[in-house]
Amino acid sequence: MTTTAIPTTPSTAPPAVRVAGGTLSDDIRAVKMVWKRELIRFARNRIRIFTSLMQPLLFLFVLGSGLSGLTKASIPHFKYTTFMFPGVLSMAVLFTAIFSAISIVWDREFGFMREMLVAPVSRSAIVIGKCLGGATVATFQGLVMLALAGLVGVPYNPELIAVLVLELLLVAIALTSFGTMAASRMQQVESFQVIMQFFVLPMMFLSGAVFPLSGLPIWLKVLTIVDPLTYGVDPMRRAVFSHLHHVSAATLHTLSPGVHWDGWRVPTLLELAIVAAMSAVMLGVAIWQFTRPE
Amino acid sequence: MAATSSSPATELRGVSDDAAAVVVTDLRKRYGDFEAVKGVSFTVTEGETFGFLGPNGAGKSTTISMLCTLVEPSGGNALVAGHNVVTERSEVRKNIGLVFQDTTLDDYLTAEENLRFHAELYGVPKDVVSERLQQVMEMVGLWERRKGIVRTFSGGMKRRLEIGRGLLHSPRVLFLDEPTVGLDPQTRMSIWAYINELKRRERITIFLTTHYMDEAEFCDRIAIMNAGEIVVLDTPEALKASVGKDRIQIQTADDEAAMIALKGRFDIESAIREGQVTFSVASGEQFVPRLFAELGVPIKSVSVARPSLDDVFMSYTGKTIRDAEASTGDKLRANPMMRGRR
Repeated sequence: MTTTAIPTTPSTAPPAVRVAGGTLSDDIRAVKMVWKRELIRFARNRIRIFTSLMQPLLFLFVLGSGLSGLTKASIPHFKYTTFMFPGVLSMAVLFTAIFSAISIVWDREFGFMREMLVAPVSRSAIVIGKCLGGATVATFQGLVMLALAGLVGVPYNPELIAVLVLELLLVAIALTSFGTMAASRMQQVESFQVIMQFFVLPMMFLSGAVFPLSGLPIWLKVLTIVDPLTYGVDPMRRAVFSHLHHVSAATLHTLSPGVHWDGWRVPTLLELAIVAAMSAVMLGVAIWQFTRPE
Repeated sequence: MAATSSSPATELRGVSDDAAAVVVTDLRKRYGDFEAVKGVSFTVTEGETFGFLGPNGAGKSTTISMLCTLVEPSGGNALVAGHNVVTERSEVRKNIGLVFQDTTLDDYLTAEENLRFHAELYGVPKDVVSERLQQVMEMVGLWERRKGIVRTFSGGMKRRLEIGRGLLHSPRVLFLDEPTVGLDPQTRMSIWAYINELKRRERITIFLTTHYMDEAEFCDRIAIMNAGEIVVLDTPEALKASVGKDRIQIQTADDEAAMIALKGRFDIESAIREGQVTFSVASGEQFVPRLFAELGVPIKSVSVARPSLDDVFMSYTGKTIRDAEASTGDKLRANPMMRGRR
C-alpha cells in the first residue's frame, strides 16, 4: 500500500491523505469492511435474529413433535425431532443466508450500494464481502439452533459439533452465494417474494430436511437429487446419526438412507465437494453479474 | 467500448497540468436515440468552485456521472485530477469525493461508523483516520452526534454528514450533485454555510450541479447547461454583465436637477420610475462612488439592482429555468447515477 500522511500543520489544514486503491490489499480491506457491516447490521437488528429463528423452531418443536406421535408406531424408540434436527439446522441457515443476500436489493434501493460501487475497490471484493458476511451471520443462527441439540436427544459431542459447524458454514456460503446471485439483477424488493416461493421453499422441502429420502415416488426422488441443498443436509444428518446410540439398522436405513445416484450412495466428501463447487459457480456468476456493465 | 473518438488520452495528458482539476473535451453521452450530453468541453482549475446550472434533464447529472466514472462516455474525453475517467477509473475515484442527489448513507449505522467504513473503502491510512474523522465531523458540525444512528438524523444533517464523508479521504475534487435538493430553504442556507467554510479551510476544487439560481452565485464560474449543451460559461458577474446593465435608482433632494446633471455630466438618460430617478449603467457598483462625487445634487438614497442569473438563463436559452424544466420533462430523472458500472 503506497500511502503517506503529511503531519498536520498547527493551522486548520487537514492532514493530506493519499489514498491507495486498485491493489489486492485494497480489495481485502474492502471485503473486510463489507463483511463487518453485515455483522453490525445483523447484531443491531434483534427482531431479525428472533424472527429468522422462529420458522426453524416451529418446524422442530411443533411439526417435529406433532409428527413424532405419528411415527411412534413405525419407528419405535426414536424421536422424530432428532431426525429433523440437522434439517432444521440447515433451515435456520437457509433463511438467514437468503435474507442477508437479498439485502443487496435494499442497499441498492436505499443508496448504500452506490457508496460501495463508487469506491476505488473492485466489485468482486464487494460481492465476496457480502457473501462472507451473510454466511457468517447465517452460521451464527445455525449455532443458536445447534445449542438446542440436547433438547432433541442429540449429544453435545465436541467432534460432532465441530463437524456440524464446518458443514453449516459451507452450506451458509453456498446459500448466500445463491442469494447474492439471485439479487444481483433484482431491482425491486418485491422480487424477494418470488425467490422465496419459487426457489427457497421448494429447495427446503426437497432437501430431506423435514422428511426422510427413503421410499419416495420416482418423480420426487429425482427432484430431491437435483436439489443442491440435499447435499448439504445429508452430511449433517449422517454426522448426527453416527453419534447416536441404540439406533437400529432398520431405523437408520429409513431415516438416513443417504443420497443415491442410480443405486450408488454418494459419499459425504463428494456431497460436500458438490456444495463447494456450487458455491464457487454461483459466486462466480454473482461477481460476473455485478461486474458487467448494465 | 468505443469511448474515445477524437483526441487520444495521451495527447490530453500532455496538456493537463496541476492547475487543471478537470479537463473535458467534447464529452458525449447517448442513451439509445436520446443524446443526453452533446459534446461539452470545459476546464476547471484547481481550487475553483465550478457550478453546472440548468434545469432538470439538461444533462448535468449525466456529465457529472461520467466525470465520476459511473457512466461510460459515448464519446470525447475527460481528465479528473489528471486521470482519464475511462482508462484510469481507480485513480480518478481515489481523487474525488462524491455527494449524490439521493442519500447513500447506511441508515442503520452510526455517523461515525459510516465514516469509518468510508475510510476503509478508500484506504485512508489507519494512523490518520481518527484525526481526519474528527476534523471533517467538526467541519460539518456533527462531531457531537457521531454516535447517533443515521436513521434518526434530519435531511440536512444527513446531507452534511455526506459532505463530511466525501471529504474524509482528502479528495482533490469534491463533486456535489444537487447538494441541497429537497431541503428547506433554511437548511439549504446552512449547507451552503458549511460549503463556504470548507472552501475557506481546504484547498479543494468543488464541482457542483444545481438548478437553484441563488446557489450558482456561490460559484467562481458557472456553466449554464441546457438540452445537453453548455450554452455559456463564465463568472456569475460576467454572465450578469453580459445580459445587461445594472439598474440604479436614486432619491435626491431635487429630482429634476439630478436628471439634468446625469445627462450633462455622465451623458445618461434617466426617467422617474416608482417615484425615483432611475437609469442603467454597465457596472453599478463602480458608478455609485462617481455619482456621489460628481452629481452635484444631494442624494438621499441609492439602490443598485443587478440582473439576476434568471435573467442570464432567460437571455441565453430564451426561457426561464422553470419553463425549461417543464419542457425537458423528467426524461433523465431515472437517475443516471443509479446506472452503475465498473
